Amino acid sequence: MRRKLAINRLKERRPLDPAVVSRFLARHEVPIVEGSRCTFLYQGEASEVHLVHRIFGLPERIPLRRLHGTHLWYLVLELPDGSRVEYQLEISRDGHGERINDPLNPRLAHSPLGSSSVCYARGYEVPEWTRPDPESRPGSLVDLTVPSRALRRACPVTLYLPARFRRIARYPLLIVHDGGDYLRYAAAQTVLDNLIHRMDVAETIVAFVHPGDRLTEYANSAAHARYLTAELVPRLEAEFPLAGTPSARCLMGASFGAVAALSAAYRYPGVYGSLLLQSGSFVFTDIGDEHGGGPAFEPVVRFINRYRAAPRRVADRVFVSCGVYEPLIIRNRSMVPTFEAAGMAVRYVESRDGHSWENWRDRLREGLSWIFPGPQKFYYE
Amino acid sequence: MKVTLLGPQRRPTVDAVAASLYPEGPIATITAGWQDRESDDGELGKVLGGRDVNLGLYRRWLDVTERDPLFAAGERRLAGLLDELAGGYLLRLGHALEAVYAIQRGGGNDRLRANVLAEAIEAVRELDAAHLRRAGAVRGEFYAELPPHERPVIAEHRAEVAALLGGAAAVVVTGGHVGVLADVLHLFNVAAALRAPVIAWSAGAMALADRIVLFGDRSAHGPGHPEIYGAGLSVLRGVVPLPHARARLLLDDMARMSVFARRFAPARCVLLEHGTRIDADSDGGWPPGSRVLGPDGRVTTWEAA
Repeated sequence: MRRKLAINRLKERRPLDPAVVSRFLARHEVPIVEGSRCTFLYQGEASEVHLVHRIFGLPERIPLRRLHGTHLWYLVLELPDGSRVEYQLEISRDGHGERINDPLNPRLAHSPLGSSSVCYARGYEVPEWTRPDPESRPGSLVDLTVPSRALRRACPVTLYLPARFRRIARYPLLIVHDGGDYLRYAAAQTVLDNLIHRMDVAETIVAFVHPGDRLTEYANSAAHARYLTAELVPRLEAEFPLAGTPSARCLMGASFGAVAALSAAYRYPGVYGSLLLQSGSFVFTDIGDEHGGGPAFEPVVRFINRYRAAPRRVADRVFVSCGVYEPLIIRNRSMVPTFEAAGMAVRYVESRDGHSWENWRDRLREGLSWIFPGPQKFYYE
Repeated sequence: MKVTLLGPQRRPTVDAVAASLYPEGPIATITAGWQDRESDDGELGKVLGGRDVNLGLYRRWLDVTERDPLFAAGERRLAGLLDELAGGYLLRLGHALEAVYAIQRGGGNDRLRANVLAEAIEAVRELDAAHLRRAGAVRGEFYAELPPHERPVIAEHRAEVAALLGGAAAVVVTGGHVGVLADVLHLFNVAAALRAPVIAWSAGAMALADRIVLFGDRSAHGPGHPEIYGAGLSVLRGVVPLPHARARLLLDDMARMSVFARRFAPARCVLLEHGTRIDADSDGGWPPGSRVLGPDGRVTTWEAA
């Protein structure tokens, strides 16, 4: 028999006074995860409280109910196993609404837009390889500036050199769009250190590139593709011990960064052997002009429509990942057969997560170990 | 030649084995699989009672790459060709093995399916054999172009290695990177100079076989396809050593293991787990009780398989 939810047991308590509620809150981690049901809570004066989230398929604002006779508000949501959901609470008082992180939940997720609370449903665990491991020898970060005629600016690049970097070795090159965000919000350096140490991923030189006007440069820009291919790659291959072959070059990005990666490979087929595309903003239309993405997406939609009309092999291998709670899930699913039809080897992974940096972080092991597999298969200690 | 294969040595057993079988004389050690940690062999030396003499094969290889740039450049070209060859082999192997597993899972007439499955496994075996032949031919061309015995630096090292091996009461080969280990064993012609009995584990055991089979069902992106890396020293023939089998293979997936065993038959796939000790000899003598993969995918004994 299914046990009664904690919130329902609380409802039955008499008297239901503030001390009982306080003890209840002190006893539970919030949200309370009981099987597939997650109870979100808020305590305080308010006329209305809503859970605000971006789970595709659910209403964007879901009201919490007030527990009669208390200032405790609650909402029970069914979340499939392994889900990870970022959310905020919208508190309405005196006709004004305010969005805040959940004061009862210490777990936060960060992004360039700020922070939000995060709920780990049953079965979700932060992968241990995303956390610093004292056993892993750290790689180093080197800042470079690459003057770009294509982009008409000095482009900063943060270069990751693996631990035990040696000039006589030959390394593959991974170019990461939104490099600063990957380093800051997706623990990219820690992830690389750990995955290389564990031999899941080959020792790799990683160029974290930083956008200027991101929405322009990453939306199928010829200038950006030229910068990467005719300026950045030759400079890096001249100065660092890189293998310098297509199979040892990969472009990676998330969201608009994935569009930039695909677009650069499309403009320079045969240069990049692999693509790692996370939650790509692959917005397209099958008929008409309405795509719902706003003006910034216009060049993206034109590019993706053109690509879908005549799919072209732009790399040998493409890793695609997307969260099933993102509106982009349908777009990304649709791109998989398109990539396959173009003759590329595709690995596609979905997760119960949203359009977030921690989702992209959590998929890096699968993606990077497929693109540049480490020497694990050779090691027998 | 006597060969003792051991399980992984996280909890060492080599001390007791070496002391009981070869109580006197120096023990040549090969730790090249550890690559740049080759010389971190203090613990190994201790368990061998300080009788160890490290052949330093990885260090010698580094010396060759530094002092013989022509050979080093040739080796890099060879590595590129072998990578390319392996890429094509793995692509074909993936499809061929997926076909095997699909047929195995399929329904219908049992006898018919068994015949089709046998043919599909035979196709994989042919692929393996062709890859081994091609890899051997590519290496052969390289050695014909740059005969190692005519390279003064290599010849010097080979002579030193042979002398050290000549004076050894036993040879110990540890684990590590099996590709690197096998390559330096070939480069310094260790097989030709081996006279003393050998104790080996993990990658060391794999490198002694005639074929080196890489395997790992628990990689970050799911079970991999077992693949032929290349030729080993052929000190042991007709066996495929499987160190850490329980940790690395889906042993409970008997259908998969059955394909593994049948693919490499008549060679026996021998499990080398913690605590394993197998005293074999290179003429094919193999002690009863050794654990192997049976043709039905179950773990069984050598005599029952």
